[in-house]
Amino acid sequence: MIIELGHYALVLALGVSVLQAIMPVFGAARGDRALMEIGTVAAKATFLLVALSFGVLTYAHVTSDFSVQNVWENSHSQIPLIYKFSGVWGNHEGSMLLWMLILTFFSALVAVFGHNLPDTLKANVLAVQAWIASAFSLFILLTSNPFNRLVDVPGEGRDLNPVLQDIGLAIHPPLLYLGYVGFSVCFSFAVAALIEGRIDAAWARWVRPWTLAAWTCLTAGIAMGSYWAYYELGWGGWWFWDPVENASFIPWLAGTALLHSALVMEKREALKIWTVLLAILTFSMSLLGTFLVRSGVLTSVHAFATDPTRGVFILVILILFIGGAFSLFAFRAAHLKAGGLFAPISREGALVLNNLILTTAAATVLTGTLYPLVLEALTGAKISVGAPFFNMTFGLLMLPLLLAVPFGPLLAWKRGDLLGAGQRLFAAVAIGLVAGCAIYYAQHGGPVMALAGLVLGAYMIAGSLTELFLRSGIGKVAGSVAVRRLAGLPRSVFGTALAHIGLGVTLIGIVAVTAFETEHIVEMKPGMTADAGGYTLRFDGLRDGKGPNYTEQSGHFSVMRAGVIVTEMWSSKRLYTARRMPTTEAGIKTFGLSQLYVSLGDGMADGGVVVRIWWKPLILCIWGGALVMMMGGAVSLSDRRLRIGAPSRARKQKRPVLEPAQ
Amino acid sequence: MTRKQKRLAIIGGGVSFIIAAVLLVMFAFSQAVAYFYVPGDLAKAHLAPGTRIRLGGLVEAGSVKRGDGMTVSFSVTDTLDRVPVTYTGILPDLFREGQGVVAEGAFVAGSPVFVADTVLAKHDETYMPKDVADRLKAQGVSLGGKENIQ
Repeated sequence: MIIELGHYALVLALGVSVLQAIMPVFGAARGDRALMEIGTVAAKATFLLVALSFGVLTYAHVTSDFSVQNVWENSHSQIPLIYKFSGVWGNHEGSMLLWMLILTFFSALVAVFGHNLPDTLKANVLAVQAWIASAFSLFILLTSNPFNRLVDVPGEGRDLNPVLQDIGLAIHPPLLYLGYVGFSVCFSFAVAALIEGRIDAAWARWVRPWTLAAWTCLTAGIAMGSYWAYYELGWGGWWFWDPVENASFIPWLAGTALLHSALVMEKREALKIWTVLLAILTFSMSLLGTFLVRSGVLTSVHAFATDPTRGVFILVILILFIGGAFSLFAFRAAHLKAGGLFAPISREGALVLNNLILTTAAATVLTGTLYPLVLEALTGAKISVGAPFFNMTFGLLMLPLLLAVPFGPLLAWKRGDLLGAGQRLFAAVAIGLVAGCAIYYAQHGGPVMALAGLVLGAYMIAGSLTELFLRSGIGKVAGSVAVRRLAGLPRSVFGTALAHIGLGVTLIGIVAVTAFETEHIVEMKPGMTADAGGYTLRFDGLRDGKGPNYTEQSGHFSVMRAGVIVTEMWSSKRLYTARRMPTTEAGIKTFGLSQLYVSLGDGMADGGVVVRIWWKPLILCIWGGALVMMMGGAVSLSDRRLRIGAPSRARKQKRPVLEPAQ
Repeated sequence: MTRKQKRLAIIGGGVSFIIAAVLLVMFAFSQAVAYFYVPGDLAKAHLAPGTRIRLGGLVEAGSVKRGDGMTVSFSVTDTLDRVPVTYTGILPDLFREGQGVVAEGAFVAGSPVFVADTVLAKHDETYMPKDVADRLKAQGVSLGGKENIQ
């Protein structure tokens, strides 16, 4: 009965969404407040209904109700409670429901916090959100219903895929979706602006917080996914250029570009048309990612199951939304007035360069991801486009951007002074050189390219700090004045600096791991030792163990430095009993920012075991940098200028808007 | 600079960057992608030694042999033809005889042995790489059971 309630709530959510998709548009066109207000109420209602539906599915999973097909296929009565919760979205149907939940969550946020938006814009935004929500709830109900029941109730479930039985599953998908789907709001704002045929700096100011929030979550989601793959898969890699990773990375690149172009539009009213296009593009990339991941056209860990009707359905949604938005764009873009002019060397110019490089890089990644699919469809030839392709193209294209990052904030709007900025960055370059060489020396040399990469990373960090130093006048004015000035700087300045510093930190991590990591594959018998990163590992033997739903053989290692045991590590081979599926649990120990990574291989006939040992120098910088970028996003988001938006006028309008609803 | 010159400088810079990117992508496609083959294709393919490819198929039953140290040799088969493969390192958890596998690497000049540096067998016990399944089906090999591509 409860299950049917969840199903019913989802059907009702579709109904309300359709209402929300139609009424506010008419209201906005006719200036009818009552009709427009339907959007606000419906958005909240849809969210509550989808949340109820999601709650019911969670309940079914937690209580192991195997009469629900989705629970039977993806759960087991013996798995720990946390995996019963996270197992809700560890499968196709549930993850689509999570997608819906987050989409309607954002619509509800717009409904609740959008009271300072002009009525018609808000109504149109909510309507566009509802178009997406209607399409996806229809998709779930028709092709991916998580509430399907089984007639013969099985006694036990088929278990959650062991690879997914990890805390990572609880965190990674919701964060990723918050980012992915968060860009829907930007899309809706863009389409709403095109419907109205009017767009100005205020529009950019409203869009920016949503972009920032989505971008911050997406950064977190991607970083979390990368770390999860790193420790869970036992291959020691942190990024595989897997098509599914790319599917989340492309919206990130486009979203980063959008973040920057919205800035130009907000401050200078330039790049209007481009910003609208980018907002549409970013969410289109999210939709494309959803299609790639969920349709089964790609072979991947993330493609849960293949069912052609699903692929076709999402493809239709994709074509309708992307095609529709671009047609509208083509139709209306000419009406949008172009904004302010600027010299090529200026803050705007730097942000245009940022956009040019980021979108080109995104297009490159997209090409590499789709090329095998297109080639196979056209010629039948099967190819794999992997890391070598992306390193060559993406890596090289991003290089000028990384060099330019510290220059951007130092250039003035309209007409900048490149030479002046260069002079001010002189110290940053010097610090970069010294710090880069220091790390290079500490790692006992390596490829010369690595030195260049480290210098670049350190220069980016120092260059981003330069802006803060200069604006606070540290060294030029008295200390107390400088501190007061520093504290008085807008939060977004700190946000920018943090995000750019984070990028530098990540770069250092990537370069260090790529250039200096060591990998040994050795056969070890108890008592044997192997060296890695200045530590010595002693293999102490295997031990049998048992978890709630698996049996395992774990290898014990003592980590020694100069003959003294400093710590111990475990790495194990698990066999999940329900699916008879083996997995490897890597042993990881952190030393400062570096890690020792041990992965157990096959047992040999003579009692030895194959062990793969990595030393991963400065690897934590990769995710640490992402963390700093996220902090940058969060700090920017808390900027007063973004929170308040257009204050007084909107507040006066608020009352009359609310009245008709009462 | 005049208005027109400013616009020209920005557009010109942008276009040349994009052209450079396109050339780079085309170059990378000619250099850095691996074609996928099943053993039956290789006779017709005339690969130059050292060309990186992906070789897919099933691990032939009874073919897995551990050599010295970390080296493992096995045969990849599409049930009609087969190719001997050597690999040094740790095989993935789901590598088993009779199961689907994709090996990436190259043939060494003058030897029929495929030297793999990467071996993939993905995340499910019923997993069959889609590429392998398609090819095997095209060759009329019955896979049996419900395909579960994960």
